[in-house]
Parts: sequence; C-alpha cells; structure tokens
Amino acid sequence: MSERPKSLFEKVWEAHEVGKLSDGRSQLFIGTHLIHEVTSPQAFGMLRDLGLPVRFPQRTFATVDHIVPTDEGEEPYSDRLADAMIKELRKNCEENGIEFFDVHSGKQGIVHIIGPEQGITQPGTTIACGDSHTSTHGAFGAIAFGIGTSQVRDVLATQTIAMNKLKVRRINVDGELAEGVYAKDVILHIIRTLGVNGGIGYAYEYGGEVFDRFSQEERMTVCNMSIEGGARCGYVNPDETTFEYLKGRPYAPKDWEAAVERWRAVASDPGCHYDDVVHIRAEDIAPTVTWGINPGQAIFIDQDVPRPEDLPEKDRATAEEALAHMGLEPGEPIRGTKIDVAFLGSCTNSRLSDLQEAAKYLKGRKVAPGVHAICVPGSQITARIAEQQGIDQIFRDAGFEWRGAGCSMCLAMNPDKLQGRQLCASSSNRNFKGRQGSATGRTVLMSPLMVVAAAVTGEITDARELFEIGDEKVA
Amino acid sequence: MPALEPIPFVRGTAVPYMGDDVDTDRIIPARYMKCVTFDDLGEFAFYDERKNEDGSDREHVLNDPRYAGATLLLAGANFGCGSSREHAPQSLYRFGYRGVIAESFAEIFFGNSITLGMPCFAMDRPPLEELAALVRENPALELELDVDRVEVRAGDRVFPAHLPDSARTSLLEGRWDPIAELLEHNAEVDAVADRLTYV
Ligand code: SF4
Repeated sequence: MSERPKSLFEKVWEAHEVGKLSDGRSQLFIGTHLIHEVTSPQAFGMLRDLGLPVRFPQRTFATVDHIVPTDEGEEPYSDRLADAMIKELRKNCEENGIEFFDVHSGKQGIVHIIGPEQGITQPGTTIACGDSHTSTHGAFGAIAFGIGTSQVRDVLATQTIAMNKLKVRRINVDGELAEGVYAKDVILHIIRTLGVNGGIGYAYEYGGEVFDRFSQEERMTVCNMSIEGGARCGYVNPDETTFEYLKGRPYAPKDWEAAVERWRAVASDPGCHYDDVVHIRAEDIAPTVTWGINPGQAIFIDQDVPRPEDLPEKDRATAEEALAHMGLEPGEPIRGTKIDVAFLGSCTNSRLSDLQEAAKYLKGRKVAPGVHAICVPGSQITARIAEQQGIDQIFRDAGFEWRGAGCSMCLAMNPDKLQGRQLCASSSNRNFKGRQGSATGRTVLMSPLMVVAAAVTGEITDARELFEIGDEKVA
Repeated sequence: MPALEPIPFVRGTAVPYMGDDVDTDRIIPARYMKCVTFDDLGEFAFYDERKNEDGSDREHVLNDPRYAGATLLLAGANFGCGSSREHAPQSLYRFGYRGVIAESFAEIFFGNSITLGMPCFAMDRPPLEELAALVRENPALELELDVDRVEVRAGDRVFPAHLPDSARTSLLEGRWDPIAELLEHNAEVDAVADRLTYV
C-alpha cells in the first residue's frame, strides 16, 4: 500500500462523505440510524409537514427505552403521555416500514444495548441516533454519535447530515488494571483527567494494552461516556474480540469471511496521524466515584471530597455549587456517605457481564435496611439470559427489585425516580442536577460492583475491602 | 422547501446567567420531554432553576424583573453539555431567546441551535465577564450580535466573538437549516449508498 497511513476515523469519514455543502460542512452518509420514542416523533412530524418520505427505511431501527415503565407489563401504561409516545413510534414505524424492536418482541431494550446485541452495530459504519450516548457503538470501530431531532429528520429524509469533520485524539491506557478496577473507573478517570469539555471537537480513539484485553462489553462502557468528556464520539479499533462478539448475531453479515477482512482493513494504520495523543497508566486508576454534579467531578474512593480553594480557579464556582447541591463536606472522605437508593442499570452498565460481576459478589448478602435497590437489565434478551443463569434470584434474594428493560432511573422519564434529596449510588453516566427525577436528588456515579457494595453497606464503600478483592485477599 | 430568512444579526437585551457546564437536563428537565411536538416546550425552559418544587418562583437571575423580556442569554463554559436533546434549544427559542453568548458550547447543542436559526457566539472569558458586568449595570442595555463581523456591540463597546465559518455562512445566507441542500444531492447519496457493503 503506497497510500499514506490513515486512522479509522479518516477511513470511515471518507467512505461516507457525500460531498461538501455550501457552508463548508460535509454531507455525511449515515449507514445505520437508530431511533427511540423521545427524540423521533417530532422528526416524523417535520417530515409529514414537508411532505417527505423516509428515503432508506431499511437503514433505520427503532426501539422504546426512555419512558417505558420497568414494573408494568401491559399497555395502556398508567402514564398516558408515555403510552401516547410509544403508540406514536409504533405508528411511525408501521407507516414507514421501519424495523421496530417493540415491547412484545422479546428484543426490546436500551437502544445502545440492542444495536450491538442484534449485530446491527458493525465496524467501519457510521451510526447516528437522537441520543448522545450513541458513542457507545464506537466500541465496534464504528463512527457513532448523537444528533438532534432536526438531524433525525435529515437522516430520515436523506440518510445524511451536515457536519464538520472531527479531530482525532488517541488515548492509550497501558499497563494492568488492579483487581476491582473496572471499565467504568477507566472512563471516569479519563474524563477527570481531560475535563468534561476536553473532548470538544474530537473523536476519541481508545487503545493500548488495557483496551486490547478488554471485552467488547467493557469497551462499550468506556465509549458510552465519551460524550461526558465532551467528545462527540469514541471508538476502539476492531479486532478478534469484536469479530468474536458479532459472529452469529441476527444482523451479522452473511458473507462473514469477507466482512471480517474488510473490518480488519478499516482499523487505524500504524503510523497514522493523530491530532493529539494522551497516555494514561492503568496502575494509576483506582475505583472512582463522583462527588459533584458533572462526571468530571470525580475522586478515587479513598480520596477526600475536594476543597474548592484547592482546585484550579476556573473550577471553583462549579465546585461550590456542586458541594451545596450534594451536601458533602469538603476535606472529608467520600466513603461512609449514606445512600438511599442503589441503581444498577443504564446503557453504561446494564449488560450481562455487569450483572454477572455484580451478582458474583452480591450472592448471599442483603441490601442494607432503608436502601431502595433496583436492578434494571439493559434489554429483554439480557434479562432473559440473566434469568436463565439465576442472576435475577441472587438480586431478589438480596433485596433488589428486578425490573423490566429500559432506561429507568438513569433519567427518570418513567416512574423510577428519586424523591426529594435522596442520594443514589448509580451505575449510570450522568450526575447532573435533577437527572434522576428530583430537582434536589443527588447522584454518585460508580461501577456496578461499587453500587452493590453501597447497597449492601448502606453507604459509599470501597468494594475491594468489603468483598476482599485484590491485595486484601492476598494478605 | 420554504426559503429561510438570512440572519445577519440579532438584537435584544440580555440576562447574565453565566454558570459553567450548564447541561441540557438543566435547560429542560427530562420529565418535560414527554411530547410528540416541540410546540409547548417554552414554559419549561430552565424549569428547576426558576421554580421551587411547589411551582412557585425561586430567587434566580432568570426570574429577576430587571431582565424580564431578555432575548439573549449570557452563559459560561461548555454551555449545553450532556444530552443531545433538541428539546433544549427548542425550549430556549420558544421561551423567547434568539441568541446565546457563552465562553464555549457543547457541540451537539451548538449544531441544534444553529439549525433553529439561533446564533451562538463564543467569547473569551475576560471580555465575556466585562460584557456581563455592563449588562448587570444596565439591564436595559441593547446588545447586537453581528453575524457578519462576528462581534457583539453594546452601546459604544465592541467585543470580538467566535463563530465557526460554516455557521456564519449558513446564517448569513439563510441556509441555517441544511435540509434543502441535503435533498439536492440525491444521485451522490445513492452512489455512496451503493458503494457501502452493509445494510
Ligand atoms: S440509559 Fe440513560 S443515558 Fe442511556 S440511553 Fe437511556 S437515558 Fe440515555
């Protein structure tokens, strides 16, 4: 090959660029379009107003996740607005010939869980969805990003959007993660290091020894939160782990060998240009929790809540606001902070491996008195497999509620909400004020294992000590 | 496709909201996103900032009568981060805002706002703080966001701002909503679709 080495981002962009628009942006072809009930009905409405058809209906896939109740199986749902939104999506899909993973299909779930699960998410593709966590799909070597509703309209009408090309930042995580340190800790650490707006204008390419060893599901957890670091998308180059995961899935390519060959070729070439390169040592990462109101306000579990005066000046005002909202004492340990709710779920951490790992340690233990604990599998298929493995029983025996698939308390558009100032240990991705359904509610983000540890002790806890993981065990 | 008006400037009074990392959950709380059109979103803009849990008004700059009627919003760094929900700029627009000046913007929010024809100017922190101080001194001060020159005029003061060329061009030429142009290239779109090996 005499051609100059290229990154995956560049190759995928070039393959999907239709041309330049008069304002200088690119017209980018969206190979795979995912939709859900909250950000698509307005787009279908705009399309109807303009009298435009859906141009490539076979390239759009739909599901319901955000508002679906997780404790109510039958329609009509008691929330009339939610019920209307689901019916609207169903109607839009029927009228336009769009594949819909409906609530009774046995395949419904959070859109970012079911894309990979069905094998719809593939390397070398462009994927868009009216949801910022579309970055999750980058774990397969796809360029995947969230779009607004007007762009959902654009994709439905033209299969393209107008977009400026992104720069690429390579993030290497080398070395070995200590036991009890998870993909969630890696991405919280990356966001804390580079800042919640450090990624603006960038696609993040994650690599290095830690990512080489990561399972496909762990890669998804990291890519999921790229947007919390300001990066529109994040990806991992496809490799054997990726191919192994996709093989045999319903939408996986039939010409398998040829597909794998193409996928190998789409990975970043050695020596390609990156606009920025960052190195992080795996050994530096410990279990991480947030103390504030954005995902970058995070500390290791054994650190103290920061004092605003010790932070860089530009971060102080937000820190003051965060501390006031969270009711945490600067200079005090975060460990031991009482929790009211434990939420295990969301597109960050509700896949089978998350549930398995949590259940392994939860087995035989009980949720602390006074703690409301819920486990919400990311998809109906995940739930079914977990149930076959007896995982649901472990959660139930411990005192967790075992729910139906959906976004649930990640954003509380259904009945799963915090009340008043409740504090929630959450495996989700956002700790914004009001995110979990109460304007004064409080969220502490952490890995699934740390959620389970908090549920069992009733307070924010170092899971490694509680469950005797790592050095503790050896000693 | 209905033709769009060019937007060479927006003028109005401003409210100095100013916080950093204001996320779209704060601009429009998720519980108000249960809607199949954007039409009624205006009243829920910044709802939890403006209102107590019982629905009464909180003490907040957005409720300050001195800034009543402001059509421009001044904010800090990373404005509009978080969710991709277009409900956020839609609710601001329907609340009455026609432009935002901030230290920086999250990307999806920025794109969504331009597509609505709501210019978002970025400004370095020192001039931004100066501008906010002028507004606090004189809430009736009329600002002009000059899209062509990418600057903000306030009385006899001129503040340099930042706006990507693509956004500037599309606002000036009345192509801030790109759908018409996207629809023009059917043949090229088909060519790309045919070339792709998936779906
Ligand atoms: S789980 Fe949370 S972050 Fe993920 S798609 Fe649902 S609401 Fe969004």
